[in-house]
Amino acid sequence: MADQPTATERFVQGILPENPVYRQLLGLCATLAVTNGMKPALTMAVCVAFVLVCANVVISLIRNLLKPHLRIVVFTLTIATFVTVADRVLAAYMFQMSKTLGPYIPLIIVNCLIICRCEVCASKQNVVIAAADALGQSIGFGLALASIAAIREILGTGMLMGFRVLPSFWPDWVIMVLPPGAFITLGLLLGLVNYIDFKREQTRN
Amino acid sequence: MDYFVDILLIALSASIINNFIFYYFVGICPFVGVSKKVDMAFGMGCAVTFVMSIAAFLSWGITVFVLIPGAPVSAFIAGFFTTPEAAAQIDLTVLSYIVYIFAIASSVQFVEMYVKKFFPPLYRSFGVFLPLITTNCAILFACLTIMSHVAGVDNPKEVWDLGKAMTLALFGGLGFTIAIVIMAGIREELELCDIPKPFEGAAITLVIGGIIAIAFMGFTGVDSGVKKALKPVPHVSQVQEQPQRVALLNTKDCKGVIMP
Repeated sequence: MADQPTATERFVQGILPENPVYRQLLGLCATLAVTNGMKPALTMAVCVAFVLVCANVVISLIRNLLKPHLRIVVFTLTIATFVTVADRVLAAYMFQMSKTLGPYIPLIIVNCLIICRCEVCASKQNVVIAAADALGQSIGFGLALASIAAIREILGTGMLMGFRVLPSFWPDWVIMVLPPGAFITLGLLLGLVNYIDFKREQTRN
Repeated sequence: MDYFVDILLIALSASIINNFIFYYFVGICPFVGVSKKVDMAFGMGCAVTFVMSIAAFLSWGITVFVLIPGAPVSAFIAGFFTTPEAAAQIDLTVLSYIVYIFAIASSVQFVEMYVKKFFPPLYRSFGVFLPLITTNCAILFACLTIMSHVAGVDNPKEVWDLGKAMTLALFGGLGFTIAIVIMAGIREELELCDIPKPFEGAAITLVIGGIIAIAFMGFTGVDSGVKKALKPVPHVSQVQEQPQRVALLNTKDCKGVIMP
């Protein structure tokens, strides 16, 4: 396995070059649903990071016991266990936030990002690499959520985390915090990322 | 009568007003991934509706008979170990996520095997989508919605029965199918358009999805209008003032309310 990327490489790759949202288009449900404000987005990112790291470590530890045809079931059950833990902790210490996020915390179970990382990385690599990969991916996911949430919250309410950013004569674009705003923001950001890539390719050639 | 109004409202709300894709953002992955051709999108929609109904049936049964406090099965088993009073208190709802995902995964597996054995043409048409459905958020979302209307509801009249749960699943699946087929129709036309290079693929799909979501926002409030027209009727004259279209929707039932 000489050509396999090392732990550090995996960590760095997850943040920008293989960003889970912009490059791999994984976990879009959560990305669109919770980014109407910065606070829910960050809480979601922390929950996903916790579940992803724990699930990746556990899957990596039991990778030699996995049977190929049952592995998806094992992945989802492992993830479901950690999601239950995260959900209960959130309900105990941040009750209001857990009400706001509602069904999207349990929906982390079926977040493609986590299953994909378990399948691609954790079920083949040792614990250190799996953990580094999970950390990198979750930081990338957090950054993506934060970028979308910042745009939607600033344009939609003129404020960011309770502080007024735009001048008070700004007509709040309410549509940005409503469901359609999520689709349009993500679509435009995706186009922007592709455009930057495109320009870079051109200058390189 | 009230029951049918409830069913109608759940159906309207699940399929159009609070569309699974455009309002709750569940099932976005197939919405972006499998919406290139109309027939494939329709197959995916049918498969999702099918599995969602089975999963809703299972999850409703599990919630009512096993998970909620005082559920018959858990109380019966616990009755061997503790007093009947303590057994009736047992609350297993904390296990719900694990149980639901297991129910979904196994029902997908069974459906796949059954369809493969008895309906080979059907299997060929949506066989490829079936394994993907396990990780479709829409199914788990339907199960969780049903759970939130069964467990932890204070008023026993508001607890959903099996009919309401199945209505949610069927019409939620219908709403998913409508959304993904609309999208596929637009994307087929889009093949002929000159899209800026960076926007090809997922980006333009999401932007169009946003525009359709704005259109779907136009349905907001239809459910409360229908509810006002059909449900509590304080005075006869008020009912007649309602728009004609709503009255036509269910003329026979309306009369039933007014007459007594």
